[in-house]
Amino acid sequence: MSRITMREAISQALWEEMERDPKVFILGEEVGVWGGTYAVTKGFYDHFGAERVKDTPIAENAIIGGAIGAAMTGLRPIAELMTINFAFSAMDYVVNQAPKLHYMFGGQFRVPLVIRAVGGGGRQLGATHSQTPDAVFAHFPGLKVVSPGTPEDAKGLLKTAIRSDDPVLFLEHATMYQVRGEVPEGEFLIPIGKSRVQRSGKDVTIVTYAKGLELSLKAADELAKDDVEVEIVDLRTLRPLDMEPVLESFKKTNRAVIVEEGWKSYGVGAEVSARMYEQAFDYADAPILRVAQKEVPLPYNRTLEQAALPQVPDIVAAVREVLK
Amino acid sequence: MAETINMPKLGFDMAEGTLVHWLKKVGETVNKGEVLAEIETDKATVEVESSVSGVVRALLADEGAVVPVNTPIAVVGTADEKIEEAVASRQSLVASKESEKAESGEQRVENSDLPLDGLTQSPISNPQSSIVRASPLAKKIASDRKVDLSQVRGTGPGGRIVRRDIEFAISGQQVAISEKIPSIVHRPSSVANEALALTKLRQAIARRMAESKTTVPHFYVTHEYKLDSLMEIRRQLNNALPETEKVSVNDFVVKAVALTLRQFPNLNASFQGDKLLRHGQVNVGVAVAVEGGLLTVVCKDADAKPLRQIAVEVKAMAAKAREGKVKPEEIEGSTFSISNLGMYDVENFAAIINPPEAAILAVGSARQVPIVDDGVVRPGWRMKATVSVDHRVSDGVEAARFLQALAVYLEEPVRLLV
Repeated sequence: MSRITMREAISQALWEEMERDPKVFILGEEVGVWGGTYAVTKGFYDHFGAERVKDTPIAENAIIGGAIGAAMTGLRPIAELMTINFAFSAMDYVVNQAPKLHYMFGGQFRVPLVIRAVGGGGRQLGATHSQTPDAVFAHFPGLKVVSPGTPEDAKGLLKTAIRSDDPVLFLEHATMYQVRGEVPEGEFLIPIGKSRVQRSGKDVTIVTYAKGLELSLKAADELAKDDVEVEIVDLRTLRPLDMEPVLESFKKTNRAVIVEEGWKSYGVGAEVSARMYEQAFDYADAPILRVAQKEVPLPYNRTLEQAALPQVPDIVAAVREVLK
Repeated sequence: MAETINMPKLGFDMAEGTLVHWLKKVGETVNKGEVLAEIETDKATVEVESSVSGVVRALLADEGAVVPVNTPIAVVGTADEKIEEAVASRQSLVASKESEKAESGEQRVENSDLPLDGLTQSPISNPQSSIVRASPLAKKIASDRKVDLSQVRGTGPGGRIVRRDIEFAISGQQVAISEKIPSIVHRPSSVANEALALTKLRQAIARRMAESKTTVPHFYVTHEYKLDSLMEIRRQLNNALPETEKVSVNDFVVKAVALTLRQFPNLNASFQGDKLLRHGQVNVGVAVAVEGGLLTVVCKDADAKPLRQIAVEVKAMAAKAREGKVKPEEIEGSTFSISNLGMYDVENFAAIINPPEAAILAVGSARQVPIVDDGVVRPGWRMKATVSVDHRVSDGVEAARFLQALAVYLEEPVRLLV
């Protein structure tokens, strides 16, 4: 095991897969000569060349559209969106073409496409560049949506995504590139669509993913001081959604809080809690609570931005509430 | 939607009412506010009005039945809707007049094949909707374990019955939230941490004691002394002596130890690596508590000094030590030390050897204790002392014999006076 950053883990996954399979290539804004807006593809251009690390015009529909075409004709493109917010410019390709072509053409085409996109708030990028609209994309059948919370998961899941014959939206959180974690040496894959218990406890279940995992682990540490043992289930993949570890945990603790960074309305928490009520109603000993972003466009002002985003004390308070 | 009409609660202490007379029959139309029945409480007979308009679908209590307050007594709804749920509680009510049963029951839905579901009909927690507030889990456990939720007190938010309440109900215990849910109240200490610089004295104690305890292999032997004679002689002596010369128990111990050490030169010695140095003098150090630590004042040639002189010297040196005016020669040169915590009601303790000495005696309090003497219990004075010995210098048997020899002086203190 080595302790590396999320950035290094993602970079390693890309590098290894490009070395492994010449069909894999990267395209996106500033991914080549500049090395990526978040420096994930630094050094790739020099090593793999302009053919396989393609700088594109600032035209997201062209990036995703071109990637889909390449994928349909046998390549394995990794399209980078500088932020997930720019996916809205390519929305037809992201949700209406990529996920449906295999179905629409009766299985004649596959779309082995990975869209890497940076999401999340907390970096004072303003309301239009700071969103966490994960649930929007997870809404569409045919599009796998992955969002890791640890470097290990980031590497293992991204490698699996690149080998997937179906389109995968791979969401990276803008404030987590420096997060460090243990990552196994050498080749390893983590299956898409498997949730995982990241911390064991018996009193209450927190279901979360990505940035929410980081916050929830801190909240669990704080709650542990008061002898509250929190179990944290990391979804890792929003579609397909693996409820098994969630339900198993909830059947043990009977109390749950769902933590997500996006807005609460129609969000991941809404989906997960609905499934918990559908599939484990008789195990609920308290209403399931959700911790999420305030229902406002995310403010630019730092204080207001932090106030609008879910924070550790919000999670602690919600856990205490469900434990009443 | 059919509505149930409940036995009203007509007074703070009303627990039940007797259904005296039905004014409506099943199938009859009733208007909101129209009298449905007459009931009798402890104090009066009153009329029960229907809270809704509709058709009387079921009468759930027979005339003469005693019904708990807030329990459904009738169902009013439309002529054809299903009312099984509302009727379910019917069978819990007991009619006292068998003859009137048939008369009022002709259109009743037969309950025997309905699920007896106490969960949907509660007379207790919410009389308006007759819904028990319980978590799904609590309801499931109650159903599985056949617990009547109406008899369970809810301790969740808003009085919701949660798992712990059911579990306590099953175990027959009183509900106590704190036993089931971990405390989530954080109580920060109001006293901040404080870092204190070490005084020179404290530094010296720290250094010497750490050195002693880590490099000198200590062993300990404890002995209990009969102090009756000593206490009596001391009393007589002190009656005769002026205040400044009064003799303490410790002065006796100093003298006794000094004399005993003459017989045990190994314990009046210092370990010196490749040899043992037996000291020619017997200089007894006495530990004295001072501000921020302790000092050992030294009574030189204690074996040769009269008890009274020892008392005067030690008292004077101890006073000076406490005032910080002790001279270096008064705290140097001890060959054996005594630490006495007797004035603090200490039964017994073990001391750390004061290097380079070979042993130290830790002296507890002289205490009046019950003594079994030839089968008879009588009070007696006893004092325990523990010697800590450098095992490089001496062994357990020698230490035990030293303590025994010391008993000769302490238990026959006249020997100390001659």
